[in-house]
Amino acid sequence: MFADLYQAIILEHYRNPSNVGLVEDGLQARNSHPSCGDKVLLSLRLDGQRISEAKFLGEGCSISQASLSMMTEAVTGQTVDEVKAVYQAFRRMLYGEEPNEELLGDMVALHGVSKFPARVPCATLGWETLALLLQLDDGSVGDDPSDQPCG
Amino acid sequence: MSALSELYERIVADFPILQRQVHGRPLVYLDSAASSLTPRPVVAALVDFYEQHRANVHRGLHQLSAEATDLFEGSRDRIARFLHAPRREQIVFTRGCTSAINLVAQAWARPRLGPGDVVVLSELEHHANLVSWQIVCRQTGAKLRYLPLTAEGHWDLTELARVIRDDVKVVAVAHISNVLGGLNPVEAVVAQAHRVGAVCLVDAAQSVGHLPVDVQALGADFVCFSSHKMCGPTGLGVLYGKLERLEAMEPLEGGGDMIVHVDWEESTWNQVPYKFEAGTPPIAEAIGLRAACDYLDELGLATIREHTQALTEAAVLALEELPGVKVMGPKQGRVGPVAFTVEGVHPHDVATILDGEGVAVRAGHHCAQPLHARLGIPATARASFYLTNRASDVDRLVAAVTTVQKVFGHVR
Repeated sequence: MFADLYQAIILEHYRNPSNVGLVEDGLQARNSHPSCGDKVLLSLRLDGQRISEAKFLGEGCSISQASLSMMTEAVTGQTVDEVKAVYQAFRRMLYGEEPNEELLGDMVALHGVSKFPARVPCATLGWETLALLLQLDDGSVGDDPSDQPCG
Repeated sequence: MSALSELYERIVADFPILQRQVHGRPLVYLDSAASSLTPRPVVAALVDFYEQHRANVHRGLHQLSAEATDLFEGSRDRIARFLHAPRREQIVFTRGCTSAINLVAQAWARPRLGPGDVVVLSELEHHANLVSWQIVCRQTGAKLRYLPLTAEGHWDLTELARVIRDDVKVVAVAHISNVLGGLNPVEAVVAQAHRVGAVCLVDAAQSVGHLPVDVQALGADFVCFSSHKMCGPTGLGVLYGKLERLEAMEPLEGGGDMIVHVDWEESTWNQVPYKFEAGTPPIAEAIGLRAACDYLDELGLATIREHTQALTEAAVLALEELPGVKVMGPKQGRVGPVAFTVEGVHPHDVATILDGEGVAVRAGHHCAQPLHARLGIPATARASFYLTNRASDVDRLVAAVTTVQKVFGHVR
Protein backbone atom coordinates (compact mmCIF):
# COMPACT_ATOMS: atom_id res chain seq x y z
CA MET A 1 0.00 0.00 0.00
CA PHE A 2 2.87 2.40 0.62
CA ALA A 3 4.21 1.97 -2.91
CA ASP A 4 1.78 4.81 -3.74
CA LEU A 5 3.31 6.96 -1.05
CA TYR A 6 7.00 6.20 -1.13
CA GLN A 7 7.82 6.45 -4.80
CA ALA A 8 11.49 6.23 -5.72
CA ILE A 9 11.62 9.88 -6.74
CA ILE A 10 10.37 10.97 -3.31
CA LEU A 11 12.97 8.89 -1.51
CA GLU A 12 15.63 10.22 -3.86
CA HIS A 13 14.70 13.83 -3.01
CA TYR A 14 14.62 12.92 0.69
CA ARG A 15 18.12 11.42 0.60
CA ASN A 16 19.63 14.07 -1.67
CA PRO A 17 17.50 17.18 -1.42
CA SER A 18 18.03 20.10 -3.81
CA ASN A 19 18.33 23.72 -2.72
CA VAL A 20 19.26 23.15 0.89
CA GLY A 21 20.53 26.36 2.43
CA LEU A 22 19.70 29.99 2.95
CA VAL A 23 19.32 32.79 0.42
CA GLU A 24 21.24 35.64 2.06
CA ASP A 25 19.24 38.87 2.21
CA GLY A 26 16.24 37.13 0.64
CA LEU A 27 12.63 36.91 1.69
CA GLN A 28 12.35 34.48 4.59
CA ALA A 29 9.59 32.61 6.38
CA ARG A 30 9.61 29.99 9.10
CA ASN A 31 6.89 27.41 9.51
CA SER A 32 6.36 24.27 11.52
CA HIS A 33 3.87 21.59 12.39
CA PRO A 34 4.27 21.48 16.16
CA SER A 35 2.63 18.12 16.72
CA CYS A 36 4.99 16.22 14.41
CA GLY A 37 8.06 18.44 14.67
CA ASP A 38 8.37 19.19 10.94
CA LYS A 39 10.10 22.56 10.53
CA VAL A 40 11.22 24.73 7.67
CA LEU A 41 13.01 28.00 7.03
CA LEU A 42 12.23 28.95 3.43
CA SER A 43 14.12 31.77 1.77
CA LEU A 44 14.00 33.14 -1.76
CA ARG A 45 15.12 36.00 -3.95
CA LEU A 46 12.65 37.88 -6.10
CA ASP A 47 13.91 39.77 -9.12
CA GLY A 48 10.85 41.84 -9.89
CA GLN A 49 8.06 39.25 -10.16
CA ARG A 50 10.40 36.34 -10.88
CA ILE A 51 11.91 33.95 -8.30
CA SER A 52 15.61 33.76 -9.09
CA GLU A 53 16.62 31.58 -6.14
CA ALA A 54 14.76 29.44 -3.57
CA LYS A 55 16.34 27.49 -0.71
CA PHE A 56 15.23 25.75 2.45
CA LEU A 57 16.54 24.48 5.73
CA GLY A 58 14.21 21.80 6.99
CA GLU A 59 13.72 18.99 9.43
CA GLY A 60 11.06 16.35 9.12
CA CYS A 61 9.70 13.30 7.37
CA SER A 62 10.46 12.14 3.83
CA ILE A 63 7.22 13.59 2.46
CA SER A 64 7.75 17.09 3.87
CA GLN A 65 11.41 17.26 2.89
CA ALA A 66 10.97 15.78 -0.59
CA SER A 67 8.07 18.14 -1.21
CA LEU A 68 10.26 21.12 -0.25
CA SER A 69 13.07 19.92 -2.49
CA MET A 70 10.75 19.47 -5.49
CA MET A 71 8.93 22.73 -4.82
CA THR A 72 12.10 24.83 -4.69
CA GLU A 73 13.28 23.21 -7.94
CA ALA A 74 9.94 23.88 -9.61
CA VAL A 75 9.50 27.51 -8.65
CA THR A 76 13.03 28.71 -9.41
CA GLY A 77 12.83 30.89 -12.51
CA GLN A 78 9.04 31.23 -12.37
CA THR A 79 7.00 34.39 -11.92
CA VAL A 80 4.69 34.79 -8.94
CA ASP A 81 1.66 34.26 -11.19
CA GLU A 82 3.12 31.06 -12.59
CA VAL A 83 3.89 29.84 -9.07
CA LYS A 84 0.33 30.56 -8.05
CA ALA A 85 -1.00 28.32 -10.81
CA VAL A 86 1.31 25.49 -9.71
CA TYR A 87 0.31 25.99 -6.07
CA GLN A 88 -3.36 25.68 -6.95
CA ALA A 89 -2.69 22.59 -9.08
CA PHE A 90 -0.73 21.07 -6.17
CA ARG A 91 -3.54 21.65 -3.72
CA ARG A 92 -6.13 20.23 -6.09
CA MET A 93 -3.98 17.14 -6.45
CA LEU A 94 -3.91 16.69 -2.67
CA TYR A 95 -7.70 16.98 -2.61
CA GLY A 96 -7.60 13.83 -4.71
CA GLU A 97 -8.11 15.37 -8.16
CA GLU A 98 -6.14 13.98 -11.09
CA PRO A 99 -2.84 15.87 -11.14
CA ASN A 100 -1.98 18.36 -13.88
CA GLU A 101 1.31 16.82 -15.01
CA GLU A 102 2.23 19.75 -17.20
CA LEU A 103 2.17 22.16 -14.25
CA LEU A 104 3.37 19.81 -11.55
CA GLY A 105 6.17 17.81 -13.20
CA ASP A 106 7.93 15.53 -10.66
CA MET A 107 5.55 16.65 -7.94
CA VAL A 108 2.89 14.29 -9.32
CA ALA A 109 4.80 11.67 -7.31
CA LEU A 110 3.12 13.22 -4.27
CA HIS A 111 -0.35 12.39 -5.63
CA GLY A 112 -0.39 9.24 -3.49
CA VAL A 113 -0.30 11.36 -0.34
CA SER A 114 -3.93 12.34 -0.95
CA LYS A 115 -4.90 8.79 0.10
CA PHE A 116 -3.22 9.32 3.50
CA PRO A 117 -5.10 12.19 5.17
CA ALA A 118 -2.73 12.20 8.16
CA ARG A 119 0.20 12.84 5.83
CA VAL A 120 -1.29 15.63 3.69
CA PRO A 121 0.06 18.34 6.04
CA CYS A 122 3.56 16.94 5.50
CA ALA A 123 3.28 17.47 1.74
CA THR A 124 1.84 20.97 2.05
CA LEU A 125 4.26 22.37 4.67
CA GLY A 126 6.58 23.88 2.05
CA TRP A 127 3.79 25.21 -0.14
CA GLU A 128 1.98 26.72 2.84
CA THR A 129 5.17 28.57 3.69
CA LEU A 130 5.67 29.78 0.13
CA ALA A 131 2.04 30.90 0.00
CA LEU A 132 2.58 32.98 3.14
CA LEU A 133 5.71 34.52 1.71
CA LEU A 134 4.17 35.41 -1.66
CA GLN A 135 0.58 35.88 -0.43
CA LEU A 136 -0.69 33.30 -2.90
CA ASP A 137 -3.92 32.46 -1.09
CA ASP A 138 -6.96 34.05 -2.67
CA GLY A 139 -9.49 31.53 -1.42
CA SER A 140 -10.14 30.16 -4.90
CA VAL A 141 -9.27 26.54 -4.02
CA GLY A 142 -11.25 26.38 -0.81
CA ASP A 143 -9.89 25.38 2.56
CA ASP A 144 -6.32 24.31 2.91
CA PRO A 145 -6.29 20.49 2.56
CA SER A 146 -3.82 20.39 5.45
CA ASP A 147 -6.17 22.17 7.85
CA GLN A 148 -6.33 19.28 10.25
CA PRO A 149 -4.19 18.35 13.19
CA CYS A 150 -1.20 16.24 12.26
CA GLY A 151 0.73 13.77 14.39
CA MET B 1 6.10 -17.50 28.72
CA SER B 2 3.70 -15.84 31.09
CA ALA B 3 0.43 -17.21 32.44
CA LEU B 4 -1.45 -14.73 30.27
CA SER B 5 0.04 -16.16 27.07
CA GLU B 6 -1.82 -19.38 27.78
CA LEU B 7 -5.03 -17.36 27.94
CA TYR B 8 -4.52 -15.78 24.52
CA GLU B 9 -7.46 -17.68 22.98
CA ARG B 10 -9.69 -16.18 25.63
CA ILE B 11 -8.24 -12.69 25.14
CA VAL B 12 -8.93 -12.89 21.40
CA ALA B 13 -12.51 -13.95 22.12
CA ASP B 14 -12.92 -11.06 24.57
CA PHE B 15 -11.47 -8.47 22.17
CA PRO B 16 -13.10 -9.09 18.77
CA ILE B 17 -11.14 -6.18 17.29
CA LEU B 18 -8.03 -8.38 17.51
CA GLN B 19 -9.47 -10.46 14.67
CA ARG B 20 -9.59 -7.44 12.37
CA GLN B 21 -7.51 -7.09 9.27
CA VAL B 22 -5.81 -3.77 8.60
CA HIS B 23 -4.59 -3.11 5.05
CA GLY B 24 -5.00 -6.82 4.39
CA ARG B 25 -2.91 -7.96 7.37
CA PRO B 26 -4.01 -9.23 10.79
CA LEU B 27 -3.97 -6.28 13.20
CA VAL B 28 -1.15 -5.98 15.70
CA TYR B 29 -2.26 -3.26 18.10
CA LEU B 30 0.74 -1.58 19.72
CA ASP B 31 -0.86 1.68 20.82
CA SER B 32 -2.34 0.79 24.20
CA ALA B 33 -0.36 3.58 25.89
CA ALA B 34 -2.50 6.01 23.90
CA SER B 35 -5.71 4.05 24.42
CA SER B 36 -6.32 0.41 25.24
CA LEU B 37 -8.78 -1.84 23.42
CA THR B 38 -12.12 -2.68 25.03
CA PRO B 39 -13.14 -6.21 26.07
CA ARG B 40 -16.65 -7.56 25.56
CA PRO B 41 -17.68 -7.48 29.26
CA VAL B 42 -17.10 -3.71 29.30
CA VAL B 43 -19.12 -3.23 26.11
CA ALA B 44 -21.82 -5.49 27.61
CA ALA B 45 -21.98 -3.34 30.76
CA LEU B 46 -22.47 -0.22 28.61
CA VAL B 47 -25.16 -1.91 26.51
CA ASP B 48 -26.93 -3.23 29.60
CA PHE B 49 -27.01 0.25 31.13
CA TYR B 50 -28.27 1.91 27.97
CA GLU B 51 -30.86 -0.79 27.20
CA GLN B 52 -32.13 -1.54 30.70
CA HIS B 53 -31.32 1.16 33.26
CA ARG B 54 -30.82 4.36 31.27
CA ALA B 55 -31.71 7.36 33.45
CA ASN B 56 -29.99 10.18 35.29
CA VAL B 57 -28.50 9.56 38.72
CA HIS B 58 -29.15 11.00 42.19
CA ARG B 59 -32.14 13.24 41.47
CA GLY B 60 -34.90 10.98 40.31
CA LEU B 61 -37.43 9.26 42.51
CA HIS B 62 -38.36 6.75 39.85
CA GLN B 63 -37.17 3.18 39.57
CA LEU B 64 -34.76 3.58 36.64
CA SER B 65 -33.01 6.51 38.29
CA ALA B 66 -32.60 4.47 41.45
CA GLU B 67 -31.09 1.61 39.42
CA ALA B 68 -28.77 3.97 37.54
CA THR B 69 -27.68 5.53 40.85
CA ASP B 70 -26.98 2.11 42.36
CA LEU B 71 -24.91 1.08 39.35
CA PHE B 72 -23.03 4.40 39.23
CA GLU B 73 -22.29 4.57 42.96
CA GLY B 74 -21.48 0.87 42.96
CA SER B 75 -18.78 1.73 40.41
CA ARG B 76 -17.29 4.20 42.87
CA ASP B 77 -17.13 1.45 45.50
CA ARG B 78 -15.56 -0.92 43.02
CA ILE B 79 -12.89 1.56 41.92
CA ALA B 80 -12.06 2.39 45.55
CA ARG B 81 -11.54 -1.33 46.16
CA PHE B 82 -9.50 -1.66 42.96
CA LEU B 83 -7.10 1.01 44.24
CA HIS B 84 -7.18 -0.13 47.88
CA ALA B 85 -8.52 3.30 48.82
CA PRO B 86 -9.83 3.38 52.41
CA ARG B 87 -13.09 5.14 51.52
CA ARG B 88 -15.40 5.49 48.53
CA GLU B 89 -15.62 9.29 49.03
CA GLN B 90 -11.99 9.51 47.94
CA ILE B 91 -12.90 8.61 44.37
CA VAL B 92 -13.81 11.62 42.23
CA PHE B 93 -15.01 11.07 38.67
CA THR B 94 -13.59 13.49 36.09
CA ARG B 95 -13.50 13.75 32.29
CA GLY B 96 -10.07 12.14 32.15
CA CYS B 97 -6.67 11.99 33.79
CA THR B 98 -5.82 15.42 32.35
CA SER B 99 -8.96 16.86 33.89
CA ALA B 100 -8.10 15.28 37.26
CA ILE B 101 -4.61 16.86 37.25
CA ASN B 102 -6.11 20.22 36.33
CA LEU B 103 -8.61 19.89 39.17
CA VAL B 104 -5.77 19.48 41.68
CA ALA B 105 -3.74 22.27 40.06
CA GLN B 106 -6.64 24.72 40.15
CA ALA B 107 -8.59 23.68 43.24
CA TRP B 108 -5.79 22.59 45.54
CA ALA B 109 -2.65 24.36 44.37
CA ARG B 110 -3.81 27.69 42.95
CA PRO B 111 -5.20 29.18 46.18
CA ARG B 112 -2.15 27.96 48.12
CA LEU B 113 0.73 28.99 45.83
CA GLY B 114 2.47 32.34 45.56
CA PRO B 115 5.77 33.92 44.51
CA GLY B 116 8.68 32.06 46.10
CA ASP B 117 6.85 28.74 46.05
CA VAL B 118 8.00 25.90 43.82
CA VAL B 119 6.21 23.10 41.98
CA VAL B 120 8.44 20.11 41.22
CA LEU B 121 7.91 17.92 38.15
CA SER B 122 10.25 15.39 36.58
CA GLU B 123 11.83 15.69 33.14
CA LEU B 124 9.77 12.82 31.74
CA GLU B 125 6.27 14.20 32.31
CA HIS B 126 3.41 14.07 29.82
CA HIS B 127 2.07 17.51 28.81
CA ALA B 128 -0.99 16.84 30.99
CA ASN B 129 1.23 16.88 34.07
CA LEU B 130 3.33 19.77 32.81
CA VAL B 131 1.19 22.41 31.10
CA SER B 132 -1.42 22.27 33.91
CA TRP B 133 1.34 23.32 36.33
CA GLN B 134 2.76 25.94 33.97
CA ILE B 135 -0.70 27.53 33.97
CA VAL B 136 -0.98 27.56 37.76
CA CYS B 137 2.56 28.96 38.06
CA ARG B 138 1.67 31.76 35.66
CA GLN B 139 -1.44 32.49 37.73
CA THR B 140 0.32 32.52 41.10
CA GLY B 141 3.93 33.54 40.50
CA ALA B 142 5.21 30.14 41.69
CA LYS B 143 8.12 28.53 39.80
CA LEU B 144 8.71 25.10 38.28
CA ARG B 145 11.72 22.95 39.10
CA TYR B 146 12.55 19.61 37.48
CA LEU B 147 13.85 16.36 38.86
CA PRO B 148 16.48 15.45 36.22
CA LEU B 149 17.00 12.14 34.42
CA THR B 150 20.13 10.03 34.30
CA ALA B 151 21.62 9.03 30.95
CA GLU B 152 19.67 5.73 31.15
CA GLY B 153 16.38 7.59 31.55
CA HIS B 154 15.83 6.97 35.26
CA TRP B 155 15.12 9.72 37.78
CA ASP B 156 18.39 10.93 39.25
CA LEU B 157 17.56 10.25 42.89
CA THR B 158 20.91 11.70 44.04
CA GLU B 159 19.33 15.07 43.13
CA LEU B 160 16.18 14.43 45.17
CA ALA B 161 17.09 16.47 48.28
CA ARG B 162 18.43 19.36 46.18
CA VAL B 163 15.31 19.54 44.00
CA ILE B 164 12.65 18.85 46.63
CA ARG B 165 13.48 21.24 49.49
CA ASP B 166 11.65 23.62 51.80
CA ASP B 167 10.34 26.01 49.12
CA VAL B 168 8.46 23.17 47.37
CA LYS B 169 4.69 23.08 47.88
CA VAL B 170 3.65 20.55 45.22
CA VAL B 171 5.38 17.57 43.62
CA ALA B 172 3.69 15.98 40.59
CA VAL B 173 5.29 12.98 38.87
CA ALA B 174 4.42 10.08 36.58
CA HIS B 175 4.33 6.49 37.83
CA ILE B 176 5.35 5.21 34.37
CA SER B 177 6.59 7.46 31.56
CA ASN B 178 4.51 7.17 28.40
CA VAL B 179 7.74 7.37 26.37
CA LEU B 180 10.52 5.73 28.39
CA GLY B 181 8.29 3.04 29.88
CA GLY B 182 10.24 2.61 33.12
CA LEU B 183 8.42 2.07 36.39
CA ASN B 184 9.47 5.08 38.47
CA PRO B 185 10.35 4.85 42.19
CA VAL B 186 7.53 7.20 43.20
CA GLU B 187 7.59 6.08 46.84
CA ALA B 188 10.98 7.81 47.31
CA VAL B 189 9.64 11.02 45.77
CA VAL B 190 6.46 10.93 47.87
CA ALA B 191 8.54 10.46 51.02
CA GLN B 192 10.82 13.40 50.17
CA ALA B 193 7.81 15.59 49.30
CA HIS B 194 6.24 14.84 52.66
CA ARG B 195 9.54 15.44 54.44
CA VAL B 196 9.48 19.07 53.26
CA GLY B 197 5.71 19.46 53.78
CA ALA B 198 4.73 19.37 50.10
CA VAL B 199 1.77 17.48 48.69
CA CYS B 200 2.45 14.84 46.04
CA LEU B 201 0.39 13.91 43.00
CA VAL B 202 1.11 10.74 41.04
CA ASP B 203 0.05 10.63 37.39
CA ALA B 204 -0.77 6.94 37.17
CA ALA B 205 -2.27 7.00 33.65
CA GLN B 206 0.16 4.31 32.45
CA SER B 207 0.17 2.20 35.61
CA VAL B 208 -3.35 1.73 37.02
CA GLY B 209 -4.82 -1.33 35.35
CA HIS B 210 -1.38 -2.39 34.13
CA LEU B 211 0.05 -3.50 37.47
CA PRO B 212 -1.20 -3.68 41.05
CA VAL B 213 -1.49 -0.13 42.42
CA ASP B 214 -2.23 0.37 46.12
CA VAL B 215 -2.80 4.07 46.74
CA GLN B 216 -2.21 3.67 50.47
CA ALA B 217 1.14 2.01 49.88
CA LEU B 218 2.10 4.72 47.38
CA GLY B 219 1.29 7.27 50.06
CA ALA B 220 0.61 10.07 47.56
CA ASP B 221 -1.91 12.79 48.36
CA PHE B 222 -3.46 12.51 44.89
CA VAL B 223 -3.41 9.75 42.27
CA CYS B 224 -5.06 10.16 38.89
CA PHE B 225 -5.64 8.02 35.83
CA SER B 226 -7.87 7.51 32.80
CA SER B 227 -10.45 4.81 32.22
CA HIS B 228 -9.64 4.41 28.54
CA LYS B 229 -6.05 3.27 29.15
CA MET B 230 -7.20 0.34 31.32
CA CYS B 231 -9.82 -1.31 29.11
CA GLY B 232 -12.57 1.05 30.24
CA PRO B 233 -14.65 3.51 28.18
CA THR B 234 -13.36 6.87 26.92
CA GLY B 235 -14.41 10.17 28.51
CA LEU B 236 -13.77 9.23 32.13
CA GLY B 237 -10.93 9.83 34.54
CA VAL B 238 -10.51 9.26 38.24
CA LEU B 239 -8.97 11.41 40.93
CA TYR B 240 -8.14 9.65 44.19
CA GLY B 241 -7.31 12.04 47.00
CA LYS B 242 -6.58 11.87 50.69
CA LEU B 243 -9.81 12.84 52.39
CA GLU B 244 -8.40 15.82 54.28
CA ARG B 245 -6.99 17.22 51.02
CA LEU B 246 -10.25 16.80 49.13
CA GLU B 247 -12.22 18.32 51.99
CA ALA B 248 -9.92 21.34 52.10
CA MET B 249 -10.44 22.05 48.39
CA GLU B 250 -13.07 24.41 47.00
CA PRO B 251 -15.05 23.13 44.02
CA LEU B 252 -13.78 24.13 40.59
CA GLU B 253 -17.04 23.93 38.66
CA GLY B 254 -20.46 25.02 39.83
CA GLY B 255 -23.71 23.40 38.79
CA GLY B 256 -26.24 20.77 39.66
CA ASP B 257 -25.42 17.91 42.02
CA MET B 258 -22.47 19.68 43.67
CA ILE B 259 -24.62 21.78 46.04
CA VAL B 260 -26.68 21.26 49.19
CA HIS B 261 -28.59 24.52 49.13
CA VAL B 262 -28.75 27.31 46.57
CA ASP B 263 -29.92 30.83 47.38
CA TRP B 264 -29.99 33.96 45.20
CA GLU B 265 -26.58 35.10 46.41
CA GLU B 266 -24.87 32.13 48.06
CA SER B 267 -24.83 28.36 47.98
CA THR B 268 -23.43 25.61 50.15
CA TRP B 269 -21.40 22.77 48.73
CA ASN B 270 -22.24 19.13 48.76
CA GLN B 271 -19.83 16.70 50.43
CA VAL B 272 -16.74 15.13 48.91
CA PRO B 273 -16.69 13.76 46.21
CA TYR B 274 -19.94 15.32 44.90
CA LYS B 275 -18.77 18.90 45.25
CA PHE B 276 -16.30 18.16 42.43
CA GLU B 277 -18.86 16.51 40.16
CA ALA B 278 -21.03 19.36 38.89
CA GLY B 279 -23.63 18.38 36.30
CA THR B 280 -24.57 14.93 35.06
CA PRO B 281 -21.52 12.70 35.52
CA PRO B 282 -20.19 10.16 32.98
CA ILE B 283 -22.65 7.50 34.20
CA ALA B 284 -22.29 4.81 31.55
CA GLU B 285 -18.53 5.30 31.48
CA ALA B 286 -18.22 4.75 35.24
CA ILE B 287 -20.34 1.60 34.95
CA GLY B 288 -18.09 0.44 32.12
CA LEU B 289 -14.98 1.12 34.18
CA ARG B 290 -16.40 -1.04 36.94
CA ALA B 291 -16.64 -3.89 34.45
CA ALA B 292 -13.06 -3.20 33.40
CA CYS B 293 -11.91 -3.48 37.03
CA ASP B 294 -13.70 -6.83 37.30
CA TYR B 295 -12.10 -8.01 34.06
CA LEU B 296 -8.57 -6.96 35.03
CA ASP B 297 -8.87 -8.42 38.53
CA GLU B 298 -10.11 -11.70 37.09
CA LEU B 299 -7.01 -11.96 34.89
CA GLY B 300 -4.89 -10.71 37.78
CA LEU B 301 -2.94 -7.45 37.77
CA ALA B 302 0.31 -9.15 38.77
CA THR B 303 -0.13 -11.54 35.82
CA ILE B 304 -0.91 -8.67 33.46
CA ARG B 305 2.18 -6.80 34.60
CA GLU B 306 4.44 -9.83 34.24
CA HIS B 307 3.07 -10.45 30.74
CA THR B 308 3.35 -6.81 29.62
CA GLN B 309 6.82 -6.38 31.07
CA ALA B 310 8.10 -9.57 29.39
CA LEU B 311 6.80 -8.41 25.99
CA THR B 312 8.08 -4.85 26.48
CA GLU B 313 11.57 -6.00 27.40
CA ALA B 314 11.62 -8.55 24.58
CA ALA B 315 10.71 -5.78 22.13
CA VAL B 316 13.48 -3.52 23.50
CA LEU B 317 16.06 -6.28 23.00
CA ALA B 318 14.82 -7.30 19.54
CA LEU B 319 14.65 -3.72 18.23
CA GLU B 320 18.10 -2.84 19.56
CA GLU B 321 19.52 -5.77 17.61
CA LEU B 322 18.49 -4.12 14.34
CA PRO B 323 21.22 -1.89 12.91
CA GLY B 324 20.39 1.80 13.16
CA VAL B 325 17.50 1.30 15.59
CA LYS B 326 17.75 3.02 18.95
CA VAL B 327 15.35 2.53 21.86
CA MET B 328 14.83 5.37 24.33
CA GLY B 329 14.95 4.72 28.05
CA PRO B 330 15.96 1.85 30.32
CA LYS B 331 16.39 -1.75 29.12
CA GLN B 332 14.88 -3.33 32.23
CA GLY B 333 11.92 -2.64 34.50
CA ARG B 334 9.79 -1.42 31.61
CA VAL B 335 6.05 -1.89 31.45
CA GLY B 336 4.32 -0.93 28.20
CA PRO B 337 5.86 1.80 26.03
CA VAL B 338 8.89 1.36 23.74
CA ALA B 339 9.83 4.58 21.93
CA PHE B 340 12.46 4.16 19.24
CA THR B 341 14.12 5.80 16.25
CA VAL B 342 15.24 4.29 12.95
CA GLU B 343 18.35 5.96 11.56
CA GLY B 344 17.67 7.96 8.41
CA VAL B 345 13.89 7.55 8.62
CA HIS B 346 11.51 10.03 10.20
CA PRO B 347 9.17 8.47 12.83
CA HIS B 348 6.10 9.44 10.79
CA ASP B 349 7.42 7.45 7.86
CA VAL B 350 8.12 4.55 10.24
CA ALA B 351 4.54 4.67 11.55
CA THR B 352 3.00 4.88 8.06
CA ILE B 353 4.93 1.86 6.80
CA LEU B 354 4.20 -0.10 9.98
CA ASP B 355 0.52 0.68 9.51
CA GLY B 356 0.77 -0.73 5.99
CA GLU B 357 2.02 -3.96 7.60
CA GLY B 358 -0.97 -4.00 9.99
CA VAL B 359 1.12 -2.83 12.96
CA ALA B 360 -0.46 0.13 14.77
CA VAL B 361 2.06 2.40 16.51
CA ARG B 362 2.18 6.08 17.30
CA ALA B 363 4.74 8.63 16.10
CA GLY B 364 5.53 12.13 17.26
CA HIS B 365 6.53 13.60 20.58
CA HIS B 366 3.77 11.70 22.45
CA CYS B 367 2.79 14.83 24.39
CA ALA B 368 6.26 14.92 25.93
CA GLN B 369 8.01 17.62 23.91
CA PRO B 370 10.44 18.77 26.65
CA LEU B 371 11.49 15.14 27.19
CA HIS B 372 12.23 14.75 23.48
CA ALA B 373 14.25 17.98 23.57
CA ARG B 374 16.15 16.51 26.51
CA LEU B 375 16.80 13.33 24.49
CA GLY B 376 17.95 15.52 21.59
CA ILE B 377 15.43 14.20 19.04
CA PRO B 378 12.31 15.86 17.63
CA ALA B 379 10.17 12.74 17.62
CA THR B 380 10.07 8.98 18.06
CA ALA B 381 7.94 6.06 16.96
CA ARG B 382 6.33 4.29 19.90
CA ALA B 383 5.09 0.73 20.24
CA SER B 384 3.26 0.00 23.48
CA PHE B 385 2.28 -3.37 24.90
CA TYR B 386 -0.55 -4.58 27.12
CA LEU B 387 -2.58 -7.68 27.89
CA THR B 388 -3.92 -7.69 24.30
CA ASN B 389 -0.49 -8.55 22.91
CA ARG B 390 1.44 -11.78 22.55
CA ALA B 391 5.00 -12.81 21.75
CA SER B 392 4.41 -13.02 18.00
CA ASP B 393 3.49 -9.30 18.03
CA VAL B 394 7.12 -8.54 18.85
CA ASP B 395 8.16 -10.56 15.78
CA ARG B 396 5.64 -8.73 13.59
CA LEU B 397 6.95 -5.38 14.89
CA VAL B 398 10.55 -6.31 14.18
CA ALA B 399 9.68 -7.62 10.69
CA ALA B 400 7.78 -4.41 9.93
CA VAL B 401 10.71 -2.24 11.07
CA THR B 402 12.93 -4.28 8.76
CA THR B 403 10.50 -3.45 5.94
CA VAL B 404 10.86 0.24 6.82
CA GLN B 405 14.60 -0.09 6.41
CA LYS B 406 14.16 -1.89 3.07
CA VAL B 407 11.83 0.80 1.70
CA PHE B 408 14.28 3.50 2.73
CA GLY B 409 17.29 1.49 1.58
CA HIS B 410 19.07 1.47 4.89
CA VAL B 411 19.56 -2.26 5.29
CA ARG B 412 23.27 -2.96 5.36
